[in-house]
Amino acid sequence: MSVVVVIELQDGAIVPMSWEALVAGGTAADALGESLIAVALGSDLTAIEAQLSAKPVSEVVLLEHPLLERYTADGYVAALASAFAELKPKLALFPHTYQVRDFGPKLAARMGRAFVSDAVGLGVEDGRPVFVRQMFQGKFQADVTVEGEGTVFASIQSGSFRADVLVDGPASPLRRLDVALSADQIRTKPLERFRETAGAVDLSSAERIVSVGRGIKDPENLPLVEKLAAALGAEVAASRPICDNGWLPLERQVGSSGQTVAPKLYLALGISGAIQHVVGMKGSKTIVAVNKDASAPIFEIADYGIVGDLFEVAPALIEALERSS
Amino acid sequence: MDVVVCLKQVPARDAALRLSPAGNWIETFDASPEMNEPDAYALEEALRLKERHGGSVTAFSAGPPEAASVLREALAKGADAAVLIEGEGLEQADPLRTARLLAAGIRRKPFDLVLTGLQSDDAGFGQTGVVLAELLDVPHAAIVVEIAAEGDRLTVKQELEAGWFQKVEMTAPALLTIQSGINKVRYATLMGIKKARTKPLERIPAAELGVSVEPAQKIAKLYAPQKSKQTQMLTGSAKEQAEALVEKLRFEARVL
Repeated sequence: MSVVVVIELQDGAIVPMSWEALVAGGTAADALGESLIAVALGSDLTAIEAQLSAKPVSEVVLLEHPLLERYTADGYVAALASAFAELKPKLALFPHTYQVRDFGPKLAARMGRAFVSDAVGLGVEDGRPVFVRQMFQGKFQADVTVEGEGTVFASIQSGSFRADVLVDGPASPLRRLDVALSADQIRTKPLERFRETAGAVDLSSAERIVSVGRGIKDPENLPLVEKLAAALGAEVAASRPICDNGWLPLERQVGSSGQTVAPKLYLALGISGAIQHVVGMKGSKTIVAVNKDASAPIFEIADYGIVGDLFEVAPALIEALERSS
Repeated sequence: MDVVVCLKQVPARDAALRLSPAGNWIETFDASPEMNEPDAYALEEALRLKERHGGSVTAFSAGPPEAASVLREALAKGADAAVLIEGEGLEQADPLRTARLLAAGIRRKPFDLVLTGLQSDDAGFGQTGVVLAELLDVPHAAIVVEIAAEGDRLTVKQELEAGWFQKVEMTAPALLTIQSGINKVRYATLMGIKKARTKPLERIPAAELGVSVEPAQKIAKLYAPQKSKQTQMLTGSAKEQAEALVEKLRFEARVL
């Protein structure tokens, strides 16, 4: 029995969130008294062998096949299902990336098992893993357990475990498992990855950001936000729904599908604080939340909170800033 | 093109939610249910595919009897038929069980495409569609922001991290999970609401589908999130709050 962590690669390089999943896996392996195995997939993994085996794992397992050159859900699920039949992991962890969202639950379903997606915490109680995840748009947290016999599958949300505690050590053993795959098993054809805009707005270098969410209600109210941003010397950003509605361009979106920012000041106006937004901004030095709902999850990560109507608070802020400058 | 779209009924986004006495779900009676927002985009996409390519749209839901209201909404917006796989407490079913129920219902008739929202606003596991594709044994793509169809050839645009995208090709029948914002959703017209009354809404008791009622995963406990920070709440009038904040940002946090 073991704890397996599946490492994600992009263009041949290890995706950093994989290390956070590996730390989560290490913690769980210690608590469960199991060994920790890192698993990677690709067509030729020679280039990352040393990097992986230097990590504090009992073993590195590599799944290599020409058909794993590029990610496909069918290829990854087939390769991992046969590897897991051999490794019989007690727990299998994945970074909560877009790729894992595409194939992780499918892999678990093939093995007749549940997949606990988007875990922000992981503990062990009575010899079984207990996951913490957000529910109801972050209004509640849940302790989740997996029932029945077999592998427990879960994905770990970005920022939930610290990758910097990983220290390289002596090389762990490497093993290559045979992968049986045929082209007819793969029913999707991935084309090139691309970026739409050159990212004209680089929010990641902004010192101050005023970010706006659903609470703004109507695009006609955006000038108020822009005026406040100007008074603070800040860039304007938004949560997903604002960009979905086309009220602000996609390049101003902060969150898992947009930019990740860490300004000195992040002022969230009418943003409830769903995890998809929070992962993109929780590294900000000072977070201010203005929301009419006192139970909005954004207040949990805020340094300063104002429960109130943003249409009253924002003009008052502009005035206070102008007066004090 | 015969499209199946899966819809979930969830608590309204701005509903005040309270924990149930059992401590592992919310009080559903004060949650003013509505159609899961990502599913509304999936429904709109299904209707547009039908308008472009002909065929039909069938809306499915697995949920408690009250979930019929989201199916009626779908019929009013233009879906041709609806199927509710119903059972008390199904709103709490884990994604594997929900997908098994949906698969058992959807398998009864041929389809070209199944659409789901990418995630639900309540549990937010974001996987029912992906699991459903596995159970129906069809190719899939998750988090789709554009669909182009030519005969049974589909080219879809998938959203990836941090502003990246990728196009993926596959052959129908297939399943796609739809990202919010892919289109502008329509409102039901009065005429649509009237017409919906004559459209079929089939109810299948979940118990008839032979799907295990054993949960695959369990919510042991639901609770208010733990604070990771000491938050200073600023009180008073808007003017007082604003002045206190500017003061604190300038002299305490030193970020102005």
